[in-house]
Amino acid sequence: MRREKSKTQVESSNPIVRFVKENSGIIIALMALCIILSIMVPDKFLTYNNFTTVLRSISTTAIMAFGMTFVIITGGIDLSVGSIVALSGTLCAGLISSSWNYAAAVIIGLAVGTLCGAFNGFVISRTEIPPFIVTMGMMNIARGASYIYSSGKPIRTPDDFGSFGNGYFLSIPIPVIVMTVLMILSILLLSKSKFGRSVYAIGGNKEAARFSGINTKNVIWLVYVLIGFLASAAGIITASRLYSGQPTVAQGIEMDVIAATVLGGVSMAGGVGKIGGTMIGAIIIGVLSTGMNLLKIPSFYQMIVMGIVILLAVYLDVRRKK
Amino acid sequence: MAGKTILKMENIRKEFPGVVALDNISLDLKEGEVHALLGENGAGKSTLIKVLAGIHQPDGGVIYIDGEKAEIKTVQDAQHYRISVIHQELCLAGNMTVTENIFLGRMEADRFGMVKDRELNQKAREIMNTFGLDEIEPTQKVRNLTTAQQQMVEIAKALSMDARIIVMDEPTSSLSNKEVKKLFDFIWLLKQKKISIIYISHRLEEIFEICDTITVIRDGEYIGSMPVKETNNEQLMSMMVGREFKNVFPEKDWNQGKEIFRVENLSSPYRLKDINFELHENEVLGFYGLVGSGRTEIMRMIFGVDPIENGKIIMEGKELSITCPKEAINAGIALCPESRKDEGLILIKDIDYNITISIMKELIRGIKLNRKKNDEIVHNYCSKLRIKTPSYKQKVRNLSGGNQQKVVLAKWLATRPKVLILDEPTRGIDVGAKQEIYQLIKELAGTGIGILLISSELPEIINLSHRVLVMREMRQVGILEKDEIMQETIIRNALGG
Repeated sequence: MRREKSKTQVESSNPIVRFVKENSGIIIALMALCIILSIMVPDKFLTYNNFTTVLRSISTTAIMAFGMTFVIITGGIDLSVGSIVALSGTLCAGLISSSWNYAAAVIIGLAVGTLCGAFNGFVISRTEIPPFIVTMGMMNIARGASYIYSSGKPIRTPDDFGSFGNGYFLSIPIPVIVMTVLMILSILLLSKSKFGRSVYAIGGNKEAARFSGINTKNVIWLVYVLIGFLASAAGIITASRLYSGQPTVAQGIEMDVIAATVLGGVSMAGGVGKIGGTMIGAIIIGVLSTGMNLLKIPSFYQMIVMGIVILLAVYLDVRRKK
Repeated sequence: MAGKTILKMENIRKEFPGVVALDNISLDLKEGEVHALLGENGAGKSTLIKVLAGIHQPDGGVIYIDGEKAEIKTVQDAQHYRISVIHQELCLAGNMTVTENIFLGRMEADRFGMVKDRELNQKAREIMNTFGLDEIEPTQKVRNLTTAQQQMVEIAKALSMDARIIVMDEPTSSLSNKEVKKLFDFIWLLKQKKISIIYISHRLEEIFEICDTITVIRDGEYIGSMPVKETNNEQLMSMMVGREFKNVFPEKDWNQGKEIFRVENLSSPYRLKDINFELHENEVLGFYGLVGSGRTEIMRMIFGVDPIENGKIIMEGKELSITCPKEAINAGIALCPESRKDEGLILIKDIDYNITISIMKELIRGIKLNRKKNDEIVHNYCSKLRIKTPSYKQKVRNLSGGNQQKVVLAKWLATRPKVLILDEPTRGIDVGAKQEIYQLIKELAGTGIGILLISSELPEIINLSHRVLVMREMRQVGILEKDEIMQETIIRNALGG
């Protein structure tokens, strides 16, 4: 009898059932949050328009959080994402304003951001310098480069470039579509591929992973390449949404990204976490801040609420896992 | 040496889940004597010491100090009874000074809350002088001292707490001969000051040099105590290892095939020099030596974990160049590492994941997992190795030590190795599971692979190996064959006696 019971506890063949079970805590929290807001501001919260606005507002954070999920599962951290957003955004806008082809400008923007990530990953995997320090260095380097390139001023782009970040496809905001596609790719990569398994192995036990024949250095390197790419994608979406490349954009966004990841159940100790959880984490942050805006809570107070929510969520998670 | 008895441990018993670690152990310690606690690795020496130090609570038995019953529940209690343990791994803060380390946690402060540095340095100086440790400056940073000096600081720390019973766990394991001499002089001084010492070591010559009394334990059982003068090398050896073999080992199969693997003049950039051996199909080559004799280091080099300085590794006539574990695995080498928790398993993941992690490239194409093959392999090895679990999705963390070890074994067998390295395959698992592992080793050797077996347990080496390579201090002493595989021969070679 007991055997049977523990069998059902560890196994659940349906991935959706398993997903809901594993993330029951934050799913309940998200639902509670939505119900409260529906009651308090029913006319504004429960609209399709608000729904898409929330998703669009979190799209860039979520895209970076997918990458952060990989990074944190290996036991690392990346503080440079916000600066990579600024660098790839200003670069892309600058090239467009000097009348480059849009596609070429986007590709260069993505390439440079990815290179920043590749640099981070190379240094982290080849030296003993902790990821926190390496990416903090890159945070300053990329931000500085972005200021130099733009001379510290926003670079305007033609209005039609902005139709990408502000536009709709089948009445869904384009950034939300991009986010969804990247989410699905990230899920497949993390949960199905050899690379994904190696990421978990490294976070679970780096020595054992190495003994098992995993090239730990290259996997760690690639993880930072991936987040560099995703951050520069977020940077281009941001530039498009703002019709300009701004060197001051996304300051401190890394904290929102980490918060979404951690809210989603990714353990800072490494080895544990899923993209789906991170997505919900990002949605909670989006709903919370939109909700507080709808309730007209001043933004300074919003920061305090956000801080408390994150602490509380992680505390509950830690307790549940004991 | 007719001092009065100051410590008496009587019929100490300690159980861990599934294992009796100590059973009926007794020990009498007199004032000013050096008492050797002798036993093989895993005999229970450390457990006994942990009971004395208040880290473990005994499940039975009584401790008397000065004839009175003593309850040692915490490390503080042990301190109260003036017992200090110098662990093998020293516990010093390298970036702090000698004085700070000696008085760590007990630093006196003046009324402004500032530490009285000058007074403490003075006090440290006095302690050092009393015991002839003039060369150690109290204001020196500990990490700038030699290992031997650091050990002295640990002892000075014990003395500053007025210790009168000092336990030294393998104090000479990382010292040079000269430093050992110095330590012995120091121990002599401590004896004069009526301080009693429990001295743990398995280097017999040291014990004859410095100790007064010997207590031997084996497999957690008390074997006997006697004055050093009344015993000799041979007697102690047989007391240490002379267990009855209760048929836990399968019969050896002497059907060896052709040579499959060979190592020539292997040397490491550090100390390991000139290792030579060959391995045949169906053969178990045992590696014996004390901890630190270089056995594990050889395996780490063969498996590409540590760099090779010199020498050849030849598999089926072809020379291999191995720079990382991945290449070793591809060449057909598998290593079940010494510590399954640190190097063998990803504890937070399930059995399925752990078994297939080393063969991912066979099972996953892009994002497509060959589920059928995956399940077949996992099921196959789990049943072959008799891994007991309600489900393959069980986290490895929740398995018993024996089952965890089998998962490691399964993971490596899944790579279908030609050479299987087993480093301490039965460490920390109970007798039943050990027996199963022995049976498996025999069965595996019967399938044509060659096995390199490291073990600190002599009976395992003797009863499972077809030949035994003995190591001493990073050197290969020799390879024993057939009739030479006897306890005395092996130990004599390993100890250099």
